This record gives sequence, structure tokens and C-alpha cells, in this order.
Amino acid sequence: MSHWHHFRVWRGDQGGGKLEDYPVEVNEGEVVLDIIHRLQQTEANDLACRWNCKAGKCGSCSVEINGKPRLACMTRMSTFADDEVVTVTPLRTFPVIRDLVTDVEFNYVKAREVPAFAPPEGVAPGEYRMQQVDVERSQEFRKCIECYLCQNTCHAVRDHEENKEAFSGPRYLMRIAELDMHPLDAADRKDMAQDDHGLGYCNITKCCTEVCPEHIKITDNALIPMKERVVDRKYDPIVWLGNKLFRR
Amino acid sequence: MDRNVETHEYDVVVIGAGGAGLRAAIEARLQGKRVAIISKSLFGKAHTVMAEGGCAASMGNVNPNDNWMVHYRDTMRGGKFLNNWRMAELHAKEAPDRVWELETYGALFDRTKDGKISQRNFGGHTYPRLAHVGDRTGLELIRTLQQKIVSLQQDDHKVTGDYQSHLRVYHECTITELLKTDGRIAGCFGYFRNDGRFVRFDAPAIVLATGGVGKSYQVTSNSWEYTGDGHALALRAGATLINMEFLQFHPTGMVWPPSVKGILVTESVRGDGGVLRNSEGKRFMFDYIPDVFKEQYATTEEEGDRWYTDPDNNRRPPELLPRDEVARAINSEVKAGRGSPHGGVFLDIASRLKPEEILKRLPSMHHQFKELADVDITKEPMEVGPTCHYVMGGIEVDPDTGMSSVPGLFAAGECSGGMHGSNRLGGNSLSDLLVFGRRTGLYAAQFSEGARPAVAREDVDAAVERALLPFTTAAEQGENPFVVQLELQKCMHELVGIIRKEDEMEMALKKLEDIATRTRTVVVEGHREFNPGWHLALDLRNMLLVSLCVAKAALERQESRGGHTRDDFPVMDSDWRHILLVCSALGEDNVELTRKEQIPMRPELFDLFELDELKKYYTGEELGGHRA
Repeated sequence: MSHWHHFRVWRGDQGGGKLEDYPVEVNEGEVVLDIIHRLQQTEANDLACRWNCKAGKCGSCSVEINGKPRLACMTRMSTFADDEVVTVTPLRTFPVIRDLVTDVEFNYVKAREVPAFAPPEGVAPGEYRMQQVDVERSQEFRKCIECYLCQNTCHAVRDHEENKEAFSGPRYLMRIAELDMHPLDAADRKDMAQDDHGLGYCNITKCCTEVCPEHIKITDNALIPMKERVVDRKYDPIVWLGNKLFRR
Repeated sequence: MDRNVETHEYDVVVIGAGGAGLRAAIEARLQGKRVAIISKSLFGKAHTVMAEGGCAASMGNVNPNDNWMVHYRDTMRGGKFLNNWRMAELHAKEAPDRVWELETYGALFDRTKDGKISQRNFGGHTYPRLAHVGDRTGLELIRTLQQKIVSLQQDDHKVTGDYQSHLRVYHECTITELLKTDGRIAGCFGYFRNDGRFVRFDAPAIVLATGGVGKSYQVTSNSWEYTGDGHALALRAGATLINMEFLQFHPTGMVWPPSVKGILVTESVRGDGGVLRNSEGKRFMFDYIPDVFKEQYATTEEEGDRWYTDPDNNRRPPELLPRDEVARAINSEVKAGRGSPHGGVFLDIASRLKPEEILKRLPSMHHQFKELADVDITKEPMEVGPTCHYVMGGIEVDPDTGMSSVPGLFAAGECSGGMHGSNRLGGNSLSDLLVFGRRTGLYAAQFSEGARPAVAREDVDAAVERALLPFTTAAEQGENPFVVQLELQKCMHELVGIIRKEDEMEMALKKLEDIATRTRTVVVEGHREFNPGWHLALDLRNMLLVSLCVAKAALERQESRGGHTRDDFPVMDSDWRHILLVCSALGEDNVELTRKEQIPMRPELFDLFELDELKKYYTGEELGGHRA
């Protein structure tokens, strides 16, 4: 059940590069990462590509396939027409190292700037008590595999290099939301989301949610609630009171 | 080519950034040491994320009858009493504290009704024991530890103004040599994957936490990283490996489509009620309950089914036997012609749980099958078969400190040996890496306060030459490293796989000899920047060395036990139980095997078992010390 497919892969480094054409054999059930591996094993031994688990769990093989941010291991070849050219390029928002590998250090820097979980005082290990319904909100965000597809696609940085300093991106704003919603976290995180991590740059176009391979509702469940909390506190005590009295 | 070597100095260097490595680094930092973590992949991507089902710890949150002694007994039984009993004891005693500690780092496990950490059933565990988060427990573990590292870096930042002043992650960095001076660890040498520059870390204490060896097999749940680096580094540094014949073939890997063959299907499917059926629709596991487990498992489907709701008055279904038993049973069914269309058997959860229950408890499995195989597990059964998953064997260490026979060299997690004996229980790997990650971090920190041997210049030069070998001596007739790797995988899969025979393993050893020659002359094209061909050429050396250990030990052990099944010696033999097979390096790419006696279990631990059970495993004269 194998057939030949036209692949185009971006090859190059910081200095520049170009799309190269490869005719490749594709077998039943294969994903884009299988094809990249086939190229490495045959005509392009030095083709650089990150990958680890090949099961959509580690978030290493993030690339852009026909312009869409995707995990190469979860993109099945059967989703393309036989005569459709499949173009694989590196994530556009981060500097290229080589071929499909980009420098994702931005994300590690931002991760370090989010203050860690603050354990509740006077609660010994083993004494933590939380209800399932209360942990589920943060658990949704902890499904994140840190593939950085949301960071890559968010136009606040994708098209605006200059915003990288002030804006942490959906992944780390969601991390703040996750900690804020943690039933036992002792820190206050509303101001930091707005002041230190650029929550205001997000204009809820939901691009991050669309590309999330874990189907986390980043915008609806993390970013918008965070914005509401910030607004409540910062600008509009009446809305805050109204929300308290009538909506919840 | 650029031969410059960047140099860093630390108290403790941890090689490997999975659960064991991160927990070791956290502990060493908490002891006040300057610590480096070296990771082949990006920080946070380690193979630990693949662990699905949970982390075993006898907290007793779901069944109060659980305690460390029950967990200890289960672990020893699972390993067929070949385990290092002291490690199993420490593991069972310390696992609950290690799990509770994770909550103080921010982990969010699933909860019981009274708000405690929920625990689920798993193969070989008497009570519900696995702390979990749906079926993505490994991700929770790695993320929690990663975030704790960040938290420690934030503490350092407050003092020094530099996040990385005392705890730094060097990711996408591969270590190729351990450096010794006067018989002690002095440092290690390697390269950065992204630009190929060389680096050396000088440190008196090194913790190996590099995981397993599965990439030497064709069908495996392991990623490219699992090339036995720590095993091979330790061997070359003069340390020993034990129990290398014991490989765990997880009973349920995906079998179709071909490109995902081997990817793990969590044991939680069975823990939560899933059953195995052959092509005739029969729940065949009832035919495969071995004598040693007869008393603990249900003999009828009715009793097995009642167990899920009333575990105190019924015995568990045989689908939850230890993994080695289930893997062999599936293998036999397929061989007997009762397999599924793509050479596996059926794992059915659809007829056992409501769709919404399945989505809640097994979301990753639903996602994985839907996206990769077009199978909706809430409606149809999965097709599954054995996949190479875990190596029980590893670096021989002192059970309390985790130090190998080389002073200053420690090992924790999958790359260490002994804890799991001949077969690991599901859920015991995550707890293993927390318990022994912490211990090695602690003792490596203490050890680093002693002498600091200087790295010898000529050792570094030699390491540089060795790393460049694939470029410089690539003979004209040299081969593509990917081709040699495929051949190695095929050889191990076909000749030293789940069922083993003497003549096949002898053939494997001959082939490995040939592969060794070819490994030395593989050709690498191009440059040193993120060059997968070069990376593989260097990793191949390690894969070859550990494959030799597996093949030689497997040929030597003339019995079947846990993760070692001999077609020509199908029975477990008590005379082999107390014998450990020890591998040590013989030159660059060969190993020699010696036998060693297992130290007898401490009397009060021995007395935790009934004499009747021990009789199944021990020889008559070994039973003399029992209380009975």
C-alpha cells in the first residue's frame, strides 16, 4: 500500500536556506515524522529534526506543515491528497539552528520568570486536601506538553519580535492561570500576569487554542478568566461586586 | 575541525534529565551543592513523560490495608525474588514520602472523595496503589520536577542575581566519556548537539540517570534517547552491570499501523477493567495463571469481574498478572494462530466501561488511537502486542547510596540495576526514580565534599579524538549509521527477543561481532551542527555494548524467570534465583560475564512471607532461617 509523495523540506541555518524537493515513499498509516526519518535514513543523513516520543506526548517535533504549526508525529500522511505537495518548515517565531530545529530558549527564559508554586504555610506533606472538581481546572492546563506551537503561532510575537521582551506568550500566561487556580497556591498572581508577563497583549483571537495538540482551551479557560480577574481588580470594583453577587 | 573544549566546574553533575536525574539534582542542590544537569533532549522532554499509569506508593488512601510491607512483598514477587531486597525495602518504605513531597512542589494528582491522592489498581499490586493523573502521570511528574528546578533557580536568583548560578541545565548535550583520575571520578566529556562544540564538566561526583536500552530493539516503546548511554559509560569507566538478561516486554503496545508499532498502551486500561481476548473472543488469560500465582488470581470471569467492585472478597482477574506473564501469554496466543488481524490480540475496554468513563480515565489512550490508528476505543477494541519497554538490568550500585564500584559514580532510575529483580511491576518505575533519585543526589552531594581529582589533559584529548572518529577515519567502504542501527535492532529483536533459544543467541553474538566492526567504520557526512548521523554514530557504540551484555547474560542463564524466557529452559529454577550475572567491560567494545551470589534477605524481611510461598522460589537449604 505504499505510494510516492512529493515532499519539500526547508534546509539551512541562521545564514539562510531553501526548500529542497524530495520524492519519498509513503506507507499505510505513516505520519510526517516517519517520512522525515526515512529521509534521514536514506538521502539526507544530516537532516536535523527534533523528536522524542513519537506519540504526541513530549512536544519535541513541532514544525510547520504546509504553513500550519503541527506535531510531525501526529500528522498522518493520509490527511493529504496523493498529489498534494507536503512542505515542512521550521517554527517561524524562533531563530533557526539548522533545518527543522529552532532555538526555543525564549520559552525557557519566560518559564523561569513565572514565580513557582507557593506552598501553603502550615500544611505538611501528606496533609494536602483538595477536591477533584477543584483540581480539574488547573489539571487541564497541566496537560500542556510544551510543544510551543501556541507560542509560535501567537501573532503578538510571531509578527512582532519587539514584543518578546514584554510578552510571555500563551503557554506562560496559562501557567500563571494554572497556579492562580491551584486550590492551595498561596501567592497572588493577578498583577504579575498583567504587569510582568504582558497579558494585555493578548487580544483573544484564539489562534493558540486552535493549534494546541492537547486541545486545551487556552483562551477560553485560562486567558479570558485571567483577564477578567485582572480587570475586576484593577479597573472596575462595581463589575467585581456584580459578578460576586449575581453571576457566581 | 574545531577541537576546543569548553570547561565547567561543579560539585555534582547529573547526566540525564528524566525523573531520576531531576530528583537527584534537586536533592544535591538542597544540600547546598553547585549542580549541573545534562540532558540529551530539551529540558522537560525526557522519556519519563511516556509513563502513563501512575506512581506506586502504599499511602493507603483507597484501601487502608496497604502499607510498605505489602508493597515490598508485591515487588519481590513481581521480580521473582531476584530483586536486591534492600533496594525493594527502601523503595517500599520511602515511596509515600516522595509522592507527598511532589504536592509541595505543585503536583496535582487525581483525588479521592475525601480530598486525598487517589490510587488505582495495577498488575501485581495487591491494593489500589498508583497515584496518578488520568493516564498522563509521567508528564505530571516530569513537569513538577522541572518546575521545582525552576523554583530552586528562582531562589538562587534572589541571592546571586543569576538564575543559573548554582543549578544549571545543559540541554541537548550528549556525554560520550566519563573521566577518571586515580580510580575516582574526575569529570565527564561530551558535545552540544546544536553546534557540535565540545564540553567538559569537572566534578568529583557524577550521577548517571540515563534511562534504558530499548532502542536496540525493533519494536519498542522507547524513544531515540534510549541507547544505553549510562550503562555503557559506566562499563567503560570500570563499573559493573547486573541482571542485563532481564528485559521487560510490555504486554500492550500498539501493533498497527506499522509506523506506530510498539507505542505504549497503558496498563491502566486493564487496571480500570479492560480485558484481553483472542480472535475467538475468549478471555485467554485464565489459561495462563502460573502455579506461583494460583492463590492470588480469579479462576472464573465472574469472580474476576466482581473484584473491581469488591476486592476484599474476590481475587483479581488474570489480566492483572505481572507484565512478563501477560506478555508471554499474548505471544503464545498469536503463535497459536488466535491473534488479531495485525498480529496482536484484542484489548477491550469499550464493552466494559461507559464512553464518558473511558474519556475521563483514559484520555491519552483515546486520543492516541483516534489520531494514529483511526480507532475509537469507546466503540471498538484495540489491537495490542508485546513491545520492548524497560530494562531491569543496570549499573550495580550500593542499595543505600546508589554508588557504583567506581568511587564518585552514582546511578539511579532505569539505568541502575537490582531494584526490580527479573521483572518490574507497573508503577514501580516512577516511585523508583523518586526514591533513588533523591538518595543518589544526597549521597553524591556528600561524596563531593571529599577529594577533587584533576582531569588529565590526555584523557580529554583522547575523548576529542574518539568523538571525531566517525568524521576522520570514515573508511571509504564505511556504512550509513542508520543502516547499521537497523541491523542491530533486527538482530536483537529476532534472536534475543521475548522468547530465547541457545542457538539463536549464539548466532546473535556472532552477528554482534560483525556489527561491532561495522560500527567502528560508519561514515558521517557533513558538519557537526545538529547532525543526526554523527549523533547516531556515537550512540551506536553504546547500543552495541549493552546489546552484548543482554545477549551474553541471556545465553548464560539457563532458566526462565521474569523478563527472561528460554524456550530450551522453560522452567524457573531455584538454583538460579540466588545467582546474579555481572557484566564488565573487556576493551572498547566487548564484555565479560561473571557470576555472583545474591546476598540473602534479612531475616525480618524474609519472615514477611509465608513459608509456602517461599518454597516456590527458594531451595530447601535457603529456607532454614525462616520463622516457621
